[in-house]
Amino acid sequence: MSTQAGYNFGYLDENTKRMIRRALLKAVAIPGHQVPFGAREMPLPYGWGTGGIQVTASVIGPDDVLKVIDQGADDTTNAVSIRRFFHRVAGVATTERTAEASIIQTRHRIPETMLREGQILVYQVPMPEPLFRLEPRVTETKRMHALADYGLMHVRLYEDIARHGHIAISYNYPVMVNGRYLMAPSPIPSFDNPKMDRMPALQLFGAGREKRIYAVPPYTEVRSLDFEDHPFQPIRADAACALCGSRESYLDEVVTDDRGGRIFVCSDTDYCAGRQASRQAEAAE
Amino acid sequence: MAYVAVKGGERAIDGAHAWLAEVRRGDPAVPELSLAQIEQQLALAVDRVMAEGSCYDRGLAALAVKQARGDLIEAAFLLRAYRTTLPRFGASLPLDTGRMQPARRISATYKDLPGGQVLGPTFDYTHRLLDFALAAEGTEPPPPAPEAATDPAPTPRVTGILAQEGLMAPELPSDAEPPDLTREPLSFPAERPLRLQALARGDEGFLLALGYSTQRGYGNAHPFVGEIRMGPVAVELVPPELGFAIEIGEITVTECQMVNQFAGSKTEPPQFTRGYGLVFGQGERKAMAMSLVDRGLRSAELGEEATAPAQDPEFVLYHCDNVEATGFVEHLKLPHYVDFQSELEKVRAMRATAQATLREAAE
Repeated sequence: MSTQAGYNFGYLDENTKRMIRRALLKAVAIPGHQVPFGAREMPLPYGWGTGGIQVTASVIGPDDVLKVIDQGADDTTNAVSIRRFFHRVAGVATTERTAEASIIQTRHRIPETMLREGQILVYQVPMPEPLFRLEPRVTETKRMHALADYGLMHVRLYEDIARHGHIAISYNYPVMVNGRYLMAPSPIPSFDNPKMDRMPALQLFGAGREKRIYAVPPYTEVRSLDFEDHPFQPIRADAACALCGSRESYLDEVVTDDRGGRIFVCSDTDYCAGRQASRQAEAAE
Repeated sequence: MAYVAVKGGERAIDGAHAWLAEVRRGDPAVPELSLAQIEQQLALAVDRVMAEGSCYDRGLAALAVKQARGDLIEAAFLLRAYRTTLPRFGASLPLDTGRMQPARRISATYKDLPGGQVLGPTFDYTHRLLDFALAAEGTEPPPPAPEAATDPAPTPRVTGILAQEGLMAPELPSDAEPPDLTREPLSFPAERPLRLQALARGDEGFLLALGYSTQRGYGNAHPFVGEIRMGPVAVELVPPELGFAIEIGEITVTECQMVNQFAGSKTEPPQFTRGYGLVFGQGERKAMAMSLVDRGLRSAELGEEATAPAQDPEFVLYHCDNVEATGFVEHLKLPHYVDFQSELEKVRAMRATAQATLREAAE
């Protein structure tokens, strides 16, 4: 196993891992509740995935297979950088296939391929507090969570409807976890929110700069906030992927020229490549 | 296709890092900087990196400055990322700055006082005229500065002189284990030891601006520099197996004690209160700014009305760390196209609704 000389397996020392695992256990026991933890400085900058990296470093073992995505893709620069980091400090096997990974660290997306039991999805979280735009004070928001006092968020959604006719949040769309805690799903598009609900995989959320961890255990109810007469509506570009033809996946818009030319392609590169391969196989038959 | 260019890749990263290494070295015809040169001749940059990196090691700080191409926040970040992997043996005894043989010690509240005013190596009273003689290389080193006979008697603290008269509000001594911001996350209410710890590693520029704001009416400060002292102090530790203190080394620190007026309250007579700043190395600007902000953050405990940013612990403590701040500000250059796509669709839908309403109104 090739690991960096002078550093422990997974970069963090064992005491730090134990502290993070304790926070993770508490987070799993209280789904959606933000658990403060002693986040360490990492050799990557805050805001670039230090929370997710610390969570991954604490749960990863030599037999794990790691997949890292950013914007749904394995080949974005930050995903490459984090995958390299773990290859360097933990020497673990890495993959780009969602189905083959035991741990998937993600920024901004949930893979299109359904996750299964035993897999862990680690989210990188910039702002763990779902209420921070409405109330910046942590002392206040802690109280609001303790009392399940989420009226402020409902009023915000109601005001959106009064002003625009619908809720104007397109990503980091707030969710209620297990009917108790309001939670920020991290800046995934609202398109991905339904995948969180009763997901068979364990979902762990790490916010390094804000020093908080939270979790959604497998098969937990995750409901996107809405109103009876204004049900939650996920957003997706109304197009098919130019590479694999999918009409179900989340699409990135690609500007092809300076005359308004656009194509749409899957944001999930593994899903798209898999579909392209099976289409070619069918065509060859 | 443009798509390929947007998504990076291993080769692009390797190429960028190779380029960085090249520009870091600069023109190979120009001799390379040695760590000793940085440590000696850019000593204040090294001090600042040690302070904000919260790791007292001049050699490592000099290396960080070199590796960061002189970007001091990047250098502090490098040092922090190294420091966080180090084991923690224990806590030292409190530094006794009263026993310091100061290289600099000034008071703005007394013309003369025991121990005297010692200017030390300061920019104060220099005329800020570019010295073109420094541009020439290979000149003779300056002659050694004249030395006064050292007085072995300790230099009493100015705040202690005020305290003898009961004019200075005492700080309550405590043997409690100090909190460790680097092991436990910040939590509120943040007690003073935790606040001072955060300020000591906080960004000099941020604290300077906040301290300055308290002088301009945002926080109602009436500060006097009771004393600034800079010099080496011994670090002592009590190893559990010995049970008595041993000296494990010496570090240079700058301490500022700012004396502030306090009108008194129902329970306290009018007296002076302290704002405190302590910084690794020679960091007078930071120590002074820190002591202004420390005093600002005491408004709640002193029953003063808190209206200004420098009196708001959450605002100050959550935003003073430049490694956190630079990371989050700079993360905006990471790809955000998934979220932006959702915003695009949302704004298009909202524009369609709005335009339909406008058309209906026009008809």
